[in-house]
Amino acid sequence: MLLINCPYCGPRPEAEFANGGQAHIARPADPMSLTDDEWAAYLYMRDNTKGLHHERWRHANGCGRFFNASRDTTTDVIKRTYRMGERPEAEHQGAKP
Amino acid sequence: MTDTYRVRRGDGAESRNAVHFTFEGKSYQGLAGDTLASALIANGVHLVGRSFKYHRPRGFVSAGSEEPNALVGVGATQSRYTPNLLATQVEIYEGLVAESQNRWPSLETDAGFLNEYFSAFLPAGFYYKTFMWPRMAWKKLYEPVIRRMAGLGRAPAEPDADRYTQVFAHCDVLIVGAGPAGLAAALEASNSDATVILCDEQAEMGGSLLSDRSASIDGMQAADWARAALDELRKRPNVKLMSRTTAFGWYPHNFVGLNERVTDHLANPAANQPRERLWQVRAKEVVLAAGAIERPLVFTDNDRPGIMLADAARTYVNRYGVVPGKQVVVFTACDSAYRAALDLKAAGAKIQVIVDLRKSASGHWVDKARAEGIKVRSDSIVRGTSGRLRVKSAQISNAQGGDAETVACDLILMSAGFTPSVHLFSQSRGKLSYSEELRAYVPGESVERERSVGACKGLFALDSVIESGAKGGRDAAAKAGFPPRGERSYTVSARSVGADAFIGSVMADHQAEKRAWVDFQNDVTAKDVRLATREGFRSIEHVKRYTTTGMATDQGKLSNMNALGVVSKQIDVAVPKVGLTTFRPPYTPTTFGSFAGQSRGDLFDPVRKTSIHPWAEAQGAQFEDVGVWKRAWYFPQVGEDMHAAVARECKATRESVGIFDASTLGKIEIVGKDAAEFMNRMYTNAWTKLEPGRLRYGVMLREDGFIMDDGVVGRMATDRFHVTTTTGGAARVLSMMEDYLQTEWPDLEVWLTSTTEQWSVIALQGPNARRVLEPLVEGIDLSADAMPHMSVRQGRICGVPTRLFRVSFTGELGFEVNVPAGYGRAVWEAIFAAGKSYGITPYGTETMHVLRAEKGYIIVGQETDGTVTPDDAGLGWAVGKAKRDFVGKRSLSRPALVREDRKQLVGLLTTDPKAVLEEGAQIVLDPTHPIPVPMIGHVTSAYWSATLNRSIALALVRGGRSRMGEELSIPMPDGVIKAKVVDSILFDPKGERLNA
Ligand SMILES: [Zn+2]
Repeated sequence: MLLINCPYCGPRPEAEFANGGQAHIARPADPMSLTDDEWAAYLYMRDNTKGLHHERWRHANGCGRFFNASRDTTTDVIKRTYRMGERPEAEHQGAKP
Repeated sequence: MTDTYRVRRGDGAESRNAVHFTFEGKSYQGLAGDTLASALIANGVHLVGRSFKYHRPRGFVSAGSEEPNALVGVGATQSRYTPNLLATQVEIYEGLVAESQNRWPSLETDAGFLNEYFSAFLPAGFYYKTFMWPRMAWKKLYEPVIRRMAGLGRAPAEPDADRYTQVFAHCDVLIVGAGPAGLAAALEASNSDATVILCDEQAEMGGSLLSDRSASIDGMQAADWARAALDELRKRPNVKLMSRTTAFGWYPHNFVGLNERVTDHLANPAANQPRERLWQVRAKEVVLAAGAIERPLVFTDNDRPGIMLADAARTYVNRYGVVPGKQVVVFTACDSAYRAALDLKAAGAKIQVIVDLRKSASGHWVDKARAEGIKVRSDSIVRGTSGRLRVKSAQISNAQGGDAETVACDLILMSAGFTPSVHLFSQSRGKLSYSEELRAYVPGESVERERSVGACKGLFALDSVIESGAKGGRDAAAKAGFPPRGERSYTVSARSVGADAFIGSVMADHQAEKRAWVDFQNDVTAKDVRLATREGFRSIEHVKRYTTTGMATDQGKLSNMNALGVVSKQIDVAVPKVGLTTFRPPYTPTTFGSFAGQSRGDLFDPVRKTSIHPWAEAQGAQFEDVGVWKRAWYFPQVGEDMHAAVARECKATRESVGIFDASTLGKIEIVGKDAAEFMNRMYTNAWTKLEPGRLRYGVMLREDGFIMDDGVVGRMATDRFHVTTTTGGAARVLSMMEDYLQTEWPDLEVWLTSTTEQWSVIALQGPNARRVLEPLVEGIDLSADAMPHMSVRQGRICGVPTRLFRVSFTGELGFEVNVPAGYGRAVWEAIFAAGKSYGITPYGTETMHVLRAEKGYIIVGQETDGTVTPDDAGLGWAVGKAKRDFVGKRSLSRPALVREDRKQLVGLLTTDPKAVLEEGAQIVLDPTHPIPVPMIGHVTSAYWSATLNRSIALALVRGGRSRMGEELSIPMPDGVIKAKVVDSILFDPKGERLNA
């Protein structure tokens, strides 16, 4: 069981959290102006990273807040957790504002 | 019987009490502190089991948790019977009852032994090759026979009477293993403010020190030093000592599973004690001091009772005071067996000969053996043994072959060196590296916050083991933030036994390897492993699966390195290239009870009940599970089945008034100055113009455009919405709302609060609903003009504050009374009493389903399956076309979602009005079409409608709305059912009743 450092509560066991998929994929401001392909890319296309991956977690059985975590998918080591709206320290391919 | 092999009353043995137990129905006497193994050996018993495949007689190989043979069932009653325990770990107590396994009719005469005479026909892969065909024969013929012949233990016939608990723990330093390295680590790490847990799988802590009569530390005999160290640790408040506690698994981020056996060793455990505790320990730093396991040598007939590991025999003599045999042949590839031989000799055993595999044997231990008059033969092997139920002799020859000499014996000791126990390290994803010198894998780079010390790191000399443990303990405490207050020094006096080692088979003649066992528990020989390589399996993972070597309950603790050695030699590839099988938890078998903990019976899964539940229960309601809720399903009266009850409930509701507990509906209070804007973005509907005091049916989509949830929403004030969701969807909806609010629109001033459990909801439906409610309500005008359909008022009912909805999920005049949950049952009973004169009838979820289906109202999850759009479900009217954006809007114009042949919701009326369709049944145009028949839809809901006196159904059908009046076919096992496509609203299409 991972130990996840909620930026609001501190380190808590994984059982208190829900994973929310890849981070830094902002919902387009005006979806109706997007082509079908652009919209499909937003909806369905995600990185399948080997290595450092920025992902969303929600402290679902705790404070309820969403935040981001940079986790190495090969070792499960979580390098850092940070609040929504903050930038990841190490950029990687595919990270979007 | 007397314990004739009890040779020395060991430390404190004078005060060890006699303990009586039975094995295989015979009574024996042992001493307190004995394991079942040491007590049986004291009585001269070595035959303890039959092997898995060939049913060969087997005895003790080891003295610890690596034991492959001595599996026993323990327990005097079925409810406290545990199969597959290791006799080397079971502690005896007064009255213990144990039996051997996998034998019939008895341990001495076992019918399965016949397997051995057919062993030529049972090579590796035999099951795969033989039982593939014919397929039916596997199930009917082979499997039952094989299961009977090859089972390990038998499952107890009664439920487990014991209790198991689970505990979470946190510590700064966890030390696994309390041998010399672990003790030194604990002494150093706890010389600080760090909290330290030291655990060990054995009853007594001290590990190898307890079996060591030649070494001394700080001027004390090794075992005395261990006891002194433990006394010191026990006095430190920051140390927790846990014996009988196995660290069985490593999970990410220094999370280690410990299984503590609390009562198994007690004759009369206290009633409040659990049998086992599962400790889930999160440690800042871990010290692995797991020790090493001695390896057997692979030679012909190396599996007879009386053939055991040399160091195990040393443990039996030095620690338990029993000698496993009196006429001993030693076969070794290293010095440690000499040490064992000398200890056995000191205890009175006769050492016939030491057979040394090495070309030349020399050094301290060899010299010492020779000086004591023991015959040593170097460059030699034991190449065969005799004796059916106990070894009788060894055949000894030069390593390369030649004439054999037969030496009589009742015990053969073997040692091929030691394999470091790297299991937990490997489970932590640490990388292993192969040591040519040790012929073993040792820990390399760590991934987690741990370090290996002592023998599990490949260190075998006592002084370096202690030094490594001490260093590891200091390092762990410092890294956890608690630098130790100093270092202590240890004066170790011990002669090293070196690190010589051997892996693989010692036999030069491959023909003789058919009875040279590599894996005792799964009955795999060197010949089997060679056969696998000849058949093309080169990776150890493949060899393992083909031969099953290492796949028994001991997970190859003794056999893996020897199997690797055989493969490596056979295909002439270096050991690291052959690979290593993956180490997986648990380290030793762990009970299901431990993992289940308290989650049994009523505590297995949470159950949610409404405040009205007890009333429904008292009325004899049948319940169904909806999510984790228990919901009243129907209320049968005497003599009624479900069909009759539902028909009566439907009729009463349509004709007068019915009452229904809708409290399980999800509820979310949405508050804030941007609440309406938030609703606009989350739901398909337009909310801006909805006035306070009005209700609206809301549809929520996922971003991909498919229906996620629905529910009635009340605007309580300009900045406040009372949102309802489906019973099962409440948590999901709130989570999605939070997701958008927190991550996409943090600028919106909105607060979301789950109020599902705060409100009881009583639905009152039927033409008399208003008449029943009116006298109970204060401050609300219920008249049709003042309170039209789809409105909400606040006031009081029976003196209790209420949010009163005028809403209908039945098509009748209806109200939903929301009251604080604590008043739910009282208000329910008051309404029920007031309705008596109208024949008020409680109804359950089944009647609710029928009534809404007659009206064509969908249920999310029944009419929808995650691929249904609002238009598909006939809810196009609920989509705010003028809105610029809402979750899912963009997807609704994707090409696949606007196709005209999408499945659309329609009603189905069977040609035979008595035929009720089956939910989920497929719909076709032409049932005579050759298979595969194109399917154009499926039935989503189907009921008997008492109101319409015929069967009704809802269905999703391709282009359904353009098929009105068309006849479709529903093929069923008993024949094809015909049905006509109709509008989904089957009753009161104009809605006159609900607007009454
Ligand atoms: Zn939190």
